[in-house]
Amino acid sequence: MTIKRLSPEELLALDKFSVDEGNPHIIVDKTICARCVERGCLVACPARCYREKDGQVNFEYAGCLECGTCRVICKEKGVTEWRYPGATFGVTFRCS
Amino acid sequence: MADDKFDAIVVGAGPAGSACAYTLAKEGRNVLLLERGNSAGAKNVSGGRLYTYALELLEPGMYQRAPLQRKIVREQIMLLDEQCATTIDHFNPGFGENVPQSYSVVRAALDEWFAGEVESAGGTVGSGVLVDGVLEENGKIVGIVSGGEEMRADVVVAADGVNSLLGQKAGLFPDVTAHAVGVGVKETIELPDSTISARFAVKDDEGAARVAIGCTDGISGGAFLYTNKGSISLGIVFNPEQAAKQKRHIQDIFQDFKMHPAIQALIEGGTSVEYGAHLVPEVGYHGIHKRLYREGMLVVGDAAQFGINTGVIIRGMDLAIVSGLAAARAILNSKSAAETGPLYMKQLEELLLLANERAYQNFHKIFEISRIFSGYPQLMNEAMDFLFRVDGKVPTPMLKGLLGVAKKHASFGQMLADGWKAYRSL
Repeated sequence: MTIKRLSPEELLALDKFSVDEGNPHIIVDKTICARCVERGCLVACPARCYREKDGQVNFEYAGCLECGTCRVICKEKGVTEWRYPGATFGVTFRCS
Repeated sequence: MADDKFDAIVVGAGPAGSACAYTLAKEGRNVLLLERGNSAGAKNVSGGRLYTYALELLEPGMYQRAPLQRKIVREQIMLLDEQCATTIDHFNPGFGENVPQSYSVVRAALDEWFAGEVESAGGTVGSGVLVDGVLEENGKIVGIVSGGEEMRADVVVAADGVNSLLGQKAGLFPDVTAHAVGVGVKETIELPDSTISARFAVKDDEGAARVAIGCTDGISGGAFLYTNKGSISLGIVFNPEQAAKQKRHIQDIFQDFKMHPAIQALIEGGTSVEYGAHLVPEVGYHGIHKRLYREGMLVVGDAAQFGINTGVIIRGMDLAIVSGLAAARAILNSKSAAETGPLYMKQLEELLLLANERAYQNFHKIFEISRIFSGYPQLMNEAMDFLFRVDGKVPTPMLKGLLGVAKKHASFGQMLADGWKAYRSL
């Protein structure tokens, strides 16, 4: 192997996830995000769970690393609910 | 219900929770340690260095049983610009003598071992258990709720990490603010042990710890590198407020750092095996939550926001262990529920945790000097370039040349102001 720049997808592919399908542990209200100017989540979420598409903030909880960054930087409180995934779900770190 | 009641329920099997539960279990208390990960450590990410004194406080010699990585004998500070790097390398074999000062650690291994110690001491460990909230009766915390099930205890210890939802639910403190934390990202890169030892000029049980500045696109923050057994932990901690205000994704800034020629040379041939992220208490003494207890509940570790960051010393796990020990001692010595909290605060003083925090209490203000992150690292590298470059042309006089380099990055007034600010913070 050799060291190379890894894409967001490649970085997350290194980790083990068990996704609680249909039961997001973070709820984002897009109507609130619509009036947010800063949108810091787009650049500061380490897992890039927040992405802009057609001017809208889209959120995908599947690759969440459960760090809490989005909750603490969210200016407009568009992150309306933040909790940890249910037992046995979410990310599992094996060598960090 | 009395039969089902525990002496203590500890929420979170990180170093704080396990240190607390271990001490209680050893003294014969009926303690339940709950962990939301499938195993202890499964949800945890840290840069990766534990100062050994904390484990020694808990139990002399205990560190010899722990799955520690390499004892740190090289402390390095690296200043980067786009292409170049200037590294201060302090080799100190004394750091590795007797009880070594610190070890690199991998949390998945360390935390799982620690929780195992709790079990061996007679405690009960429940992994894969998410605590949803606290149980409150007559103004006192009397237990926790998990998956609709109630579990009761004389005291609940919140060791649930930097986000401490439990402490918030108990009404002890508001949510953490972006100002109080750093956001850390980290890649674990596997390399043969012999390669790591050769690249960092250490023996196989010894290692290097490195901090780096000038690699955060001007955002307040810094990078870290720890040598483990068979892997290197590489990451950056950013100020989230500043990260949110600029345009580049922190992942991209991190990957730039990883691919910097001076860093790439250290990890070349390695395999990236994991990517993690975590918040870190950043402010130190003034960031510690104002209320760390109420009747029936104590808050320890990251949940309390214990942390020290001097730029070269980054402490969290040791403070977590000491606070867990303080909580356990308070519980063991307490004669009434009302007494436990004040006893805990007293123990935090007696074990010198708060004195350590106070010693660096204004230090975080130094990180408000933006030129530390963009300006001075570049200045240093250009100055080095000037000092070392030979091309046969007539050299610029030494003083003139150095002043010229300095002026490009900061005016005399700016340097004076930064120096004053640094002086005031120290």
